[in-house]
Amino acid sequence: MRIEISCGKLSLDGRGARIARQIASSMGPVVESAAVLDVLIVDGIRGFGGDLAREIFLDPVAERIHVDESGAAEVLPDWNLLVEVSYRAGVMNPEAATAREVIFRALDREPDAGGLVQSARQYAFILRGDPGERAEKIAGALHNPLIERAQIITRSGWEKGRRFPAFYPHRVAESPPGVESIVLEGLSDGELEQLSRIRLLSLSLEEMTAIRGYYREAGAERRKKGLPQGPTDVELEMLAQTWSEHCKHKIFAARIDYAEGDRRETIDSLFATYIKRTTETLAKKRGDLKSVFHDNSGVVDFDGDHVVCIKAETHNSPSALDPYGGAITGIVGVNRDILGTGIGAMPIFNTDLLCLGEPSTPEEEIPRGLFHPLRVLAEAHRGVVDGANQSGVPVVAGGLLFDGSFVGKPLVFCGTAGILPARVNGRNSWEKRIEAGDLAVMAGGRIGKDGIHGATFSSAALDETSPTSAVQIGDPITQKKLADFLLEARDRDLYKGITDNGAGGLSSSLGEMAQTSGGVRIRLDLCPLKYPGLAPWEILVSESQERMSLSVAPEKIGEFLDLARRRGVEATVVGEFTDTGFVEILHGDELVGSLTLRFLHHGLPTMRLRARWEAPSRPAGDPRGMEPKEALLALLADPNIASRELLVRRFDHEVQAGSVVKPFSGARDDGPTDGGVFRPRFDSDRGLTITHGICPRMSDIDTYDMAVMAVDEAYRAHIALGGDPDLASALDNFCWPDPVQSPETPDGEYKLAQLVRACRGLRDACLAYNLPLISGKDSMKNDARIGGKKVSVKPTLLVTVMGIIPHCGEALTTDFKNPGAPVFLLGASPGALGGSCYERVLGRTLGPGPKADPGAAAAMYRKFHQAVQAGLVSSCHDVSDGGLAVALAECCLGGRFGLKADLKGLGAGDGDSGITGLLFGEAPSRLVVEVKPGKQEAFEKIMAGSPFHRLGPVTSGDLLVIRRGEAEILRAGLDEIERAWKSFAKELVP
Amino acid sequence: MSSASPRVLVLAGCGISADRELAEAFRLAGAAPERVHLFDLLEDPGMLSAFRILALPGGFSFGDHLGAGKVLARLLASRLRKEMDAFVEGGSLILGVGNGFQALVKMGILPNLSGDLAPEVSLIHNGHGLFENRWVPIRANPANHSPWIRGLDRLLFPVRHGEGRFVAGSPETAEGLLRENRIAFFYDGVNPDGSEMDVAGITDRSGRVLGMMPHPEGFLFPWNHPRWTRGGVPSVAAGRTIFENAVAHLRSANRCV
Repeated sequence: MRIEISCGKLSLDGRGARIARQIASSMGPVVESAAVLDVLIVDGIRGFGGDLAREIFLDPVAERIHVDESGAAEVLPDWNLLVEVSYRAGVMNPEAATAREVIFRALDREPDAGGLVQSARQYAFILRGDPGERAEKIAGALHNPLIERAQIITRSGWEKGRRFPAFYPHRVAESPPGVESIVLEGLSDGELEQLSRIRLLSLSLEEMTAIRGYYREAGAERRKKGLPQGPTDVELEMLAQTWSEHCKHKIFAARIDYAEGDRRETIDSLFATYIKRTTETLAKKRGDLKSVFHDNSGVVDFDGDHVVCIKAETHNSPSALDPYGGAITGIVGVNRDILGTGIGAMPIFNTDLLCLGEPSTPEEEIPRGLFHPLRVLAEAHRGVVDGANQSGVPVVAGGLLFDGSFVGKPLVFCGTAGILPARVNGRNSWEKRIEAGDLAVMAGGRIGKDGIHGATFSSAALDETSPTSAVQIGDPITQKKLADFLLEARDRDLYKGITDNGAGGLSSSLGEMAQTSGGVRIRLDLCPLKYPGLAPWEILVSESQERMSLSVAPEKIGEFLDLARRRGVEATVVGEFTDTGFVEILHGDELVGSLTLRFLHHGLPTMRLRARWEAPSRPAGDPRGMEPKEALLALLADPNIASRELLVRRFDHEVQAGSVVKPFSGARDDGPTDGGVFRPRFDSDRGLTITHGICPRMSDIDTYDMAVMAVDEAYRAHIALGGDPDLASALDNFCWPDPVQSPETPDGEYKLAQLVRACRGLRDACLAYNLPLISGKDSMKNDARIGGKKVSVKPTLLVTVMGIIPHCGEALTTDFKNPGAPVFLLGASPGALGGSCYERVLGRTLGPGPKADPGAAAAMYRKFHQAVQAGLVSSCHDVSDGGLAVALAECCLGGRFGLKADLKGLGAGDGDSGITGLLFGEAPSRLVVEVKPGKQEAFEKIMAGSPFHRLGPVTSGDLLVIRRGEAEILRAGLDEIERAWKSFAKELVP
Repeated sequence: MSSASPRVLVLAGCGISADRELAEAFRLAGAAPERVHLFDLLEDPGMLSAFRILALPGGFSFGDHLGAGKVLARLLASRLRKEMDAFVEGGSLILGVGNGFQALVKMGILPNLSGDLAPEVSLIHNGHGLFENRWVPIRANPANHSPWIRGLDRLLFPVRHGEGRFVAGSPETAEGLLRENRIAFFYDGVNPDGSEMDVAGITDRSGRVLGMMPHPEGFLFPWNHPRWTRGGVPSVAAGRTIFENAVAHLRSANRCV
């Protein structure tokens, strides 16, 4: 049965109106009218008929239902184009899953796998003139061929009798392939490498050789167990997932020979040397770090009675191929990291930051198989919106950054923070227990072929043969049910340990948990599947979403499974934890894999890499060419600075009622903020800040400065929001182009040196700011090689800071508040323009970039916080992209007040170039501060010894006026500032 | 059961997401809220009679698949209609916010002009076709005598919805809503979603059932206000009043009994 549901009348079809605008934005005014219809196909379910369909699916007030007849004919009788978009077979379809659940509930029967429930979306158009070639183009804009199909019917086709199919192709039962045994003995080096490539293992020759060595030694043991001498495919796949760059961070663990001029140095693990050691050093004076590095997220103290945790991840490769699916699984995936932290934390807020190619990229420059940056933006954004909103977790901070280097692989950062009581059921909540004899339980979604090889795939460059199975669609509602159930089960003490199923699926989650107990026996035949036909190895490594793995004591399993059933959550015992020292994998009665934990987790050979640093030379161009006002307005309108309000308002940023500083502030709720402030407990006025720092443009100059400035940007925003200088923690997320020297990467040694220098910058800044790194992630293969062209991302480090604000009432926003109040600039302004947005707007490089001095900045930030605590400050904005002039314009716009600023006496040289540097240079560690009327003296007294400059008073007018002594440099009205700043988003959201 | 602290059943589970703050809103108002999973309530509809307030929070029940609140409405209507009728008849109160409002409308409890619980109005995709989170001014209808909105005038609350565009099914329904003063809240100056007659919330005939799209439980503390750093925001957040009204009403009703 085919059911089409339309709006009762066209004027009520908000979705249709939006689609018409969307198409107009890329193709011009070709659409006269558009309507959107929901299509359901239900077949072979006993007792289901048209009457029940009406009862269940129809909103009789606003909708029309059409059973086995065309809905478009009624809602848009004069249509001349229909496009119907449906998911390809095997792709998760949450809507159809809900429809199935509701049908069975209405029939009062337990759901079974029988029958067919599919959903699709139909778009009906009245186009101006004959659809012709535009039909294909419109259909192309409405679907992603990787996961969806679009069927087109024109009016003339319809009249010739063309109709949409009675149902769409779906997976039918296949007989599952068995276990294959693989011969490594006798293979040449080339053959070993070929085997790794063909099976998408992403294992190097050295690693393949180590694996062969293991099997040589394990010969007798394996014969005794009845296993083949060589690996089974189950074992080899498990090793490949566990040893993937994604899971084992091989480059960060490598031994690196670093050369810089005549200096030589050997670094034993970047992670141990620069990240772990930094945190260990700081931990000596910080009592609040509860669990760092080893769990799914870093855990720190909140208020003595509660701890908070945070994690950020990237989902770059899947997002390049399917931005919607990649982003939605990114956000619900990182939520699971929080659910899997300690004994299980509750997600409290999300963050989301996207790095994309230039919006102005011509369509013909987009590599085949990839999407235009604006399309990636629209779909990745929609993915985060759906994932976060439907999960009930507010998105409180984020960003958007455009650079040509992201056109091949976009960077999609998703972060989540969580909270849990310090003690749960009498134990420290940040610890898990997994003991021999505990049952291994999988809860949540079922296993399908989606997301096979995600971990190894993300450890390789994108090319035209990239596996489509690595793409998945998230199902936030299944995960929301799972999350609610887990928190309830936690508080009832029904399980002992928990972790999420992310990259590598069960092979990673159970393989990691087994390290605590000393072993695990996994029974693949017990794992619930979405459909039959999966090979045993596929069951083990599938990354199907919405799943958690748990250790449950045998005496609690009945109660655990019963609660799961009552909450509509599928939970299954899939094995048991042991202390045998082995990961043993069974399929039915047959042992299909047995690996020692020692080899699985410690058998990976250490990589040995070379790095060579040579400072790039950078031409010092002439900074002149734009009038200050013209430059200011161009900067405000630049996609990297302009308002993203229309995008941000699509996120629910307030659910959970904890928002203190929202994404917007000011008299009309449209000024920017430096980050979010969130109050996680109703019974405490203590708050959390959440801020970001990211400066890939500086990587062209020196990644050391890039890293220092990223740390400074995130930490200074924390300070600007009113955060405590000594209670902040950071996440480091590295996204690098492949830094391993090879024929495909002839500049690998330089890129690795860039990584070394970034790590050093990260360390130095974190030590200066008392900012421990509590968790992080690296993504090391952000290259695309398509159509013979290699596009590599600029080395990028995202620093996410979460800190404490002692009392929410002390939080600061950026908008000017009191006419007459003095405005100060804190920090030195050397005026260098290299790496700045001004460079971008002007279109030429302008020599060296600014240098940070974190030691001096740390002292200044502390004094500033003292002034905040003393109640002297009414607003604060950090100076970042666009420099001082942009920051001042934003403060004026937010408050709808003017400013009379005088730069006389501020650093930098004389003349035009000096002024340009003052106005638009992006020296770090600077804050614009509005001091409360009458508090100027007290403020200056506290700030003494650090660089500060009184700019002038806030005015009640609507003009930003900047002078230098007698000479007026810039005069801009609020209306011009607003128009420029809000110009970009209009193109983004049709 | 203490009459001073009326028990509130706050529905949870299955994609409902604003249940914690809605429970907190009632707790701050002096009531005794309990978060109850939808499936537990469906299994034991009789439990409702032990409560004095039923609160349906915001969120995305069942992912809003097939239409916002539709599945939730269908499940409640099939298992709980009798109990909910008796609940309101007996003087108890029902509140639906956001997704909860959508469910009440789709199960016909609101506005129920005809008295036969047939759906009469709907909340459909916003006119611009997008989800939106912003604070909007609303004003209470002085002619509506619902205990929930007593003493309220102009308020600023957040809206956070993609399907909140109010439509009356027919001119007669629109006329009936006006005639019987069933509109509780109007959008005041900014209509965020294209709602007919600027409707932001409505009540049933008794006034004891209130549904609204803006989120009063999103404004329990002065810091929730988008402009609190600019001063002038009262120290007691306006969102609390609706919940305090409900508790005060039940307390006085108990005294009368």
